Amino acid sequence: MISSEPVITVKNMVKKFGDFVANDNLNFEVYKGEIFGFIGANGAGKTTAIRILCGLSTPTSGEMKVAGFDIYRQTEKIKRNIGYMSQKFSLYEDLTINENIRFYGGIYGMKIADRKARTAEMLERLDLSAYGNRKIGDLPLGWKQKLAFSIAILHNPKIVFLDEPTGGVDPITRRQFWNLIYEAVEKGITVFVTTHYMDEAEYCDRVSIMADGRIVALDTPEKLKKRYDAANMDEVFLKIAR
Amino acid sequence: MRTLFYVLQKEFTQVFRNKSMLPIIFVMPLVQMLILVFAATNELRQVDLAIVDYDHSYSSREMIAGITGNPFFKVQQNPDNSQDAEALLMQNKIDLALIIPRHFDKNLIINKSAEVQVLVDAINGNAAQLSLGYLSSVIGSYSQKVLVNPIKPEYRQTKNIIIKPSYWFNPQLNYKYYMAPGILVVLITVVGMLLGGMNLVREKELGTIEQINVTPLKKWQFIAGKLLPFLVIGLFDLAFGLLVARIAFNIPVRGSLILLFSLASVYLVLVLSWGLFISTISDTQQQATFVSFFSLIVFIMMSGLFTPVESMPDWAQKLDFINPLFYFVKIMRSVLLKGSNFADIFNEFAALSAFAVSMFGLAIFRYRKTS
Repeated sequence: MISSEPVITVKNMVKKFGDFVANDNLNFEVYKGEIFGFIGANGAGKTTAIRILCGLSTPTSGEMKVAGFDIYRQTEKIKRNIGYMSQKFSLYEDLTINENIRFYGGIYGMKIADRKARTAEMLERLDLSAYGNRKIGDLPLGWKQKLAFSIAILHNPKIVFLDEPTGGVDPITRRQFWNLIYEAVEKGITVFVTTHYMDEAEYCDRVSIMADGRIVALDTPEKLKKRYDAANMDEVFLKIAR
Repeated sequence: MRTLFYVLQKEFTQVFRNKSMLPIIFVMPLVQMLILVFAATNELRQVDLAIVDYDHSYSSREMIAGITGNPFFKVQQNPDNSQDAEALLMQNKIDLALIIPRHFDKNLIINKSAEVQVLVDAINGNAAQLSLGYLSSVIGSYSQKVLVNPIKPEYRQTKNIIIKPSYWFNPQLNYKYYMAPGILVVLITVVGMLLGGMNLVREKELGTIEQINVTPLKKWQFIAGKLLPFLVIGLFDLAFGLLVARIAFNIPVRGSLILLFSLASVYLVLVLSWGLFISTISDTQQQATFVSFFSLIVFIMMSGLFTPVESMPDWAQKLDFINPLFYFVKIMRSVLLKGSNFADIFNEFAALSAFAVSMFGLAIFRYRKTS
């Protein structure tokens, strides 16, 4: 289902914080319907890049388009078409599940009937139908992460950006989380995900491996494994990092 | 508009779910009204003094009797010499010392004029002036008596001009009438400046603001969402504080309450925007609190709440042109005590409105969805 139509185009993306170069001339395209992984150690520049693409941070230089819109001039249009889940859990812990959904559905301008239908469907999918009136702060981390993802795609964005979405959750929940990602892709949502779990790299259609702010390799997991003569992505990563 | 509704719904839910909110809303006005109004007084209740009488004459005893007969003065000691009186002054046992020199009586009768010395502890200049003023008037009335009932009839002189004051708007010179409206202003200023700003910075600290910043939510909608709940709380606290002041001190409400609350709304938009502006340039609650407190103290001290603006130097009076408290303290006192109407305080209203609109705009402008 992956088309050759790019939904994200990045040309010569540079981001400097003083003397420190966080993103050193990145070039890549993300195609409609794919799961695009950003792999790299902590501090490689993954979060910086994702924040620029979401409009949370301004790049130092470069040309970038997200969902067909220019990142400098059409930021607000981009925001209508993307979903974002940050590294740090950022739903309102003092509000209930339903209240969080109502708020985010509301500010994305969803119709009430539409929102209600999607909420019911989503809570059922997550086995949380009975917990709609629970405060999010009372839920276990794994549930919170799955909820955060589901709310990030509630308004049916073209692209969803996930910044280390599975940090700190157990392997079973991570597996369930990836099932949710696959379901989103089936609905036509393009997924841009950063991670430092190498097994998750295998789940991506294409991965870009980052080190010291640069992209050192970009291809499908199969081709990367073949090129570096490795059994899995972990080996690929270690060989490149060395 | 629909979006704003959802933002407000979320903010109101969060604010009123916060358990520390209820005490803030109810305890703060009670403490401020019942404690500060009493504490913030310039009234002198008692002046402790020592009298050194070197003369021991009929006239000196007459004059001393006039002083001791006044409930305001409490003669702590009657030392034998002025050195002892000075020592008492040093030990903070007395506020002033009256020294009646030898030949006081003789000078009064023969030279028709006599001098006494008064030593005043002037660390608190205001209190020093007041107590000296009281003492002078007591001594003055004694000298009147000497003039009117002279020891020899030929000393009788022309009649004096007597001032008969009539104090308007606060006939009993009740200090609480003057302070309570001012303290109410401080109350809603603290609510406005701190609560809204803290709420915004908290979202920064928790990281929830990031999730907002990736949505198409407009900046003004976000700022309005942070402002309106606290505007409601501020108005409620004003009503509650006014009620407390009415019950506890029976302060008069001579002007229109609708006028007062409309102006309070404009004022609250201004101080809330100020607090929100500070929070848009701060990363942590500590930073925001520090800056807010700093501006609060400057505004309060210069507002004319505790010290008359008229006695400030010219440049300070000009600075008050941009002090929101200066305007609102004036409005509160005028509307409550004088019964001023809209036309009377139009200038203050115009200034507040202009500042409120610009500050709200500045807060929106300075809030950045992109860093």
